[in-house]
Amino acid sequence: MSTTSSRALGTPLRRVEGRAKATGTARYAVEHSAPGAAYAWPVPATVARGAVTAVHCADALAEPGALAVLTHENAPRLREPQDATLAVLQSPEIAHRGQVAALAVAETLEAARACAAAVRVEYAQLPHDVVFRADHPRLYAPEQVNAGYPTDRERGGFDAAYAAAAVQLDATYRTPPLHNHPMEPHATVAEWDGSRLLVRDSDQGSSDARRTLADLFGLDPEDVLVVSEHVGGGFGSKGTPRPQLVLAAMAARVVQRPVKLALPRRLLAPLTGHRAPTVQRVRIGADRDGRITALAHESATCTSTVREFVEQSSVPSRVMYASPNSRTTHRVVALNLPSPSWMRAPGECPGMFALESAVDELAEACGVDPVELRIRNEPDAEPDSGRPFSSRGLVACLREGARRFGWHDRDPRPGVHREGGLLLGTGVAAATYPVYASPCAAEARAEPGGGFTVGINATDIGTGARTVLGQIAADALGVPADTVRALVGRSDLPRASVAGGSSGTASWGWAVHKACRELRLRLDRDHGGAVPPGGLTVTADTTEDVRAGSEYARHAFGAHFAEVQVDTGTGEVRVRRMLGMFAAGRILNPRTARSQFIGGMTMGLGMALLEGSTVDPRFGDHVEADLASYHVPTCADVPDIEVGWIDEEDPHLNPMGSKGIGEIGIVGAAAALTNALHHAVGHRFRTLPVHPDTVLAALGAL
Amino acid sequence: MDDESRRCPSSEVRLQVNGTPYRLRLDNRTTLLDTLREHLDLTGAKKGCDHGQCGACTVLVDGRRSNSCLLLAVALDGAAVTTVEGLADGERLHPLQEAFLEHDAFQCGYCTPGQLCSAAGVLAEAADGMPSAVTPVGESPRLDGGEIRERMSGNLCRCGAYPNIVRAVQDTAQAGAAR
Ligand code: FES
Ligand code: FES
Repeated sequence: MSTTSSRALGTPLRRVEGRAKATGTARYAVEHSAPGAAYAWPVPATVARGAVTAVHCADALAEPGALAVLTHENAPRLREPQDATLAVLQSPEIAHRGQVAALAVAETLEAARACAAAVRVEYAQLPHDVVFRADHPRLYAPEQVNAGYPTDRERGGFDAAYAAAAVQLDATYRTPPLHNHPMEPHATVAEWDGSRLLVRDSDQGSSDARRTLADLFGLDPEDVLVVSEHVGGGFGSKGTPRPQLVLAAMAARVVQRPVKLALPRRLLAPLTGHRAPTVQRVRIGADRDGRITALAHESATCTSTVREFVEQSSVPSRVMYASPNSRTTHRVVALNLPSPSWMRAPGECPGMFALESAVDELAEACGVDPVELRIRNEPDAEPDSGRPFSSRGLVACLREGARRFGWHDRDPRPGVHREGGLLLGTGVAAATYPVYASPCAAEARAEPGGGFTVGINATDIGTGARTVLGQIAADALGVPADTVRALVGRSDLPRASVAGGSSGTASWGWAVHKACRELRLRLDRDHGGAVPPGGLTVTADTTEDVRAGSEYARHAFGAHFAEVQVDTGTGEVRVRRMLGMFAAGRILNPRTARSQFIGGMTMGLGMALLEGSTVDPRFGDHVEADLASYHVPTCADVPDIEVGWIDEEDPHLNPMGSKGIGEIGIVGAAAALTNALHHAVGHRFRTLPVHPDTVLAALGAL
Repeated sequence: MDDESRRCPSSEVRLQVNGTPYRLRLDNRTTLLDTLREHLDLTGAKKGCDHGQCGACTVLVDGRRSNSCLLLAVALDGAAVTTVEGLADGERLHPLQEAFLEHDAFQCGYCTPGQLCSAAGVLAEAADGMPSAVTPVGESPRLDGGEIRERMSGNLCRCGAYPNIVRAVQDTAQAGAAR
């Protein structure tokens, strides 16, 4: 066989499911018709801690169309889940407000909602502790933090080096609770056929959903089919199975018909994970030229009492800058709150807000341009591990970004650039995100009638997975992209890893590539290049390839540049420009990649200027739980965002040479904006989000 | 309990949806959005919040864009509704749909039907000379980036496709003006 001449990869193909999405024919989870389906509606707990003592269902069951009310007393018993948040209705215990206390099931949506409203729950309430403080007396060092990173790392002697440094910076940064809020709320339709379970679910990985359902209900995984063909976003919140999946399956078993359950928007905050708040202290010691000699990044955050999740905010400081002396730590406190979980770039996102703000402050203290200061602190190898980088495009991104943005004309003095009643400022920040990959299986088939089909249980949550997998397959087979069909989003396809950690394309694509190369080989070797009459199917598994690992430190890098204007009368901040330059290996589909970068940067804009919720200390839940009070960016908030990337050839990644791109866009974006805000008004904004009232207060205090 | 008292107040409602007339008996609590999704199997219009906060459910009611989750079907007797399924002319896509595909104006696609119906409403409103908050006083609106951003801000997109949406709408508006 001749070597593949790459044609499809790197081409800006349109999304293959684009037409279905633009004509309204793409069906998401509960939009699949299920004849005879009933509807479920959760009853959320109204106390933050305690136990259900009674559930009065008579009025609810008297509602027209009511079918059942599931409670901890009558709900089907589940086997113990790995993730305790999935043990729904298994005990009277209430661990946080908003936990599902009962589930109403009825003939119609209207009836289910009325039925749920008529359920009366009594509680024995216990005192709760929901207020997070960085000096909370119950703060502890977890065994490890999210993604398996070590909790603490020390290199050299931070204290002495910091004390001896010519320039010292000591600043504390705060990020609020943040919510993923994908536009499609978490939703499931479940249907039993004897002991077989068919589920259509909105998730980021239905291989996982299948395994979870099989475990919980004691089923043979072969008897569970989970389909998640189109998914309306997730951003981490659908990365693990969520309570609605289990509740729908339970309810369907009880009422013996299909059940649809779409979570009401307000229940996403308590039931589907969120980014926990952080308080991060960053100390940097440097010489007068801005060379870092000591760096400490110490993060505190909170988790729930149900499931420990620790945002790994200090981890990026183990990767970014050379420093002979370093300390990175994490502490956490378990509160009576909903369980936090993954939200786009856990760790890197809040961590780089703190680190990149601090680096900007250091640049100012040293009188060094912040682009130049970052270049001066470029390490030869990954600082924490000493391993060489497989590729590191940070400097290239900073230089090329600065050129495109026109950075070099910048007057570095803060608070001097006026335009009438506006103050203008520009800022820069770096971005980083690790390269992850997980083992997967895939099949590739040469169809007897012509054309090829590849199958893998990948999930397209909006990334364009189907499209890019088709491109990968086409090149591996050496055929045009329009002759390949990629099947994804069904658990009866070969098992695949979750659409998370920016690892989807690398993990799934690797398996697809391997299967297609093998298919090509067999077609050429055994069949003279022709397709045998019955077609030919080949499966591949990348477990060993992925487990082989690498001696290299592998990360994507990037640089954000931003320009903001501040209205000195109202405190309103408008973003004028954002530019993101990225070094993320080979970009496989420029059209869909650009959209992902823009999307991440937009969420970073939200984090800087809009997003954040607060915990009500009396009731113990997140107050801003709907889209009227939790402000995500709207069209009018977002300028025309420019995105670019440098061509990066990295032979140490995977057969496609790609790094993940789904998350790096949000990393550092908020710091670029708050650094620009500092440049505009001459005040440091170390607490997010920066709302007009904060800006006005800062302007008044100047 | 007898059957009569277990029934919910319902009404007969006539709707014309994408040109097809329907006569439906609906629970009075049924929203237009749930009528479309649960009774007519038109699941193009999406439910993002059910509270008028996100725009995913936007459809055209008698030519004007509306959040269908905030409308009770019983109050719409006789109305003509256009959903995303009704934008294309058979196999021929609406120019907005073409432009959305060309500019990759979506990722997950969940907000897209609402964005498309909203954009169709924007084109019509601008053609009718209806000003927005950013239209200079006394002038007729020109659909530049600023106007489009303002007018499309009732439709949230968590995937952050806004820059591409603005380009798609602007392209369509310009092509329409050139015709
Ligand atoms: S679903 Fe109607 S506005 Fe959100
Ligand atoms: S495309 Fe996903 S919300 Fe807009």
